[in-house]
Amino acid sequence: MAAKGNTYETTGEYIQHHLTNLVCGKTDAHGWTCDPHYADQMGFWSFHVDSLGWSIFLGAIFIGLFRAGVSRLSNEAPSGLQNFVEMCVEFVNENVQSMFTSAKNPLIGPMALTVLVWVFLMNLMDLIPVDYLPSAAKAVGIEYFKVVPTTDPNITLGMALAVFILIIFYSIKIKGAKGFFAELAFHPFGKYLMPVNLILEGVNLLAKPLSLGLRLFGNLYAGEMIFILIALLLVFNSISLGLLGVGLHLLWALFHILILGLQAFIFMVLTIVYLAMAHETEDH
Amino acid sequence: MEQSLLFVAASIIIGLGAVGAAIGVGVLGGKFLEGAARQPELIPLLRTQLFVVLGLVDAVPMIGVGLGLYIMFAV
Repeated sequence: MAAKGNTYETTGEYIQHHLTNLVCGKTDAHGWTCDPHYADQMGFWSFHVDSLGWSIFLGAIFIGLFRAGVSRLSNEAPSGLQNFVEMCVEFVNENVQSMFTSAKNPLIGPMALTVLVWVFLMNLMDLIPVDYLPSAAKAVGIEYFKVVPTTDPNITLGMALAVFILIIFYSIKIKGAKGFFAELAFHPFGKYLMPVNLILEGVNLLAKPLSLGLRLFGNLYAGEMIFILIALLLVFNSISLGLLGVGLHLLWALFHILILGLQAFIFMVLTIVYLAMAHETEDH
Repeated sequence: MEQSLLFVAASIIIGLGAVGAAIGVGVLGGKFLEGAARQPELIPLLRTQLFVVLGLVDAVPMIGVGLGLYIMFAV
């Protein structure tokens, strides 16, 4: 399946091909282009079009699905979709209410729901066999096509950055700039060791978005990597190795479903917890 | 020579990551069982927290496995 129609010299080349994004960007010599030959000349203005496209598409699916679920509400005979939407909302609501106790903020619930479902949908793309969509893209002339948005650090770190901005925003809004600074400067050791405090708390603050984004990326990247390695078993034109590959795919996919849901859940929980910490006003 | 060093590096990444995660998950699961035995009515609450922390502990070695396999097969 993997080698058919394609020519990969080595396994490394196959893996590299599957881990390369479709980049469009601005080059000095050629203007805006999607040609992979110029990918290393694109500077700041380069976009991973496949990751962006898939994440926006999945976001649209999320909105459309939930919108359809609540468009015809019924108390007597709720449709299956309505039950599903209610289940998701209740699950998120329960988690938010148990973790976000320090203040009232109507933004947290919808954001937590969005994060959970969106990240889960993006993770779920990992279960599509690794060669289907890239070879379909190749058939219409696109050289590189990476399907799972969360295996792109730009997407996960981008989401983590959004959470980070919200943390800063609410810290300053709730506690004031002075209170936020006081929290950073006077916390572990009292005010006479202010530089040490600033370094410690600054690292603490910066580690939050970094670990949030990298955790999701790392898990999904590792999972995708293992899927690709198992897919390599199918290259050899041997029936027994092929069957082994199919079996391993199934096993790893079954195990991976747990990780996909868990990582989406953890991303949501940590988002809520970080924002709850940003809303806390009492002195430690 | 360099190729074999890559394999050594990958095996260290995967192996030490597995050791750390094994200790972490062992402590975590043990404490969960202790807590569940003391207060069985808290099991649903504890299970949610268990999975959250399990995901946190599990993430680092999984990242290590991914990087290790990348080093072994793709570099």
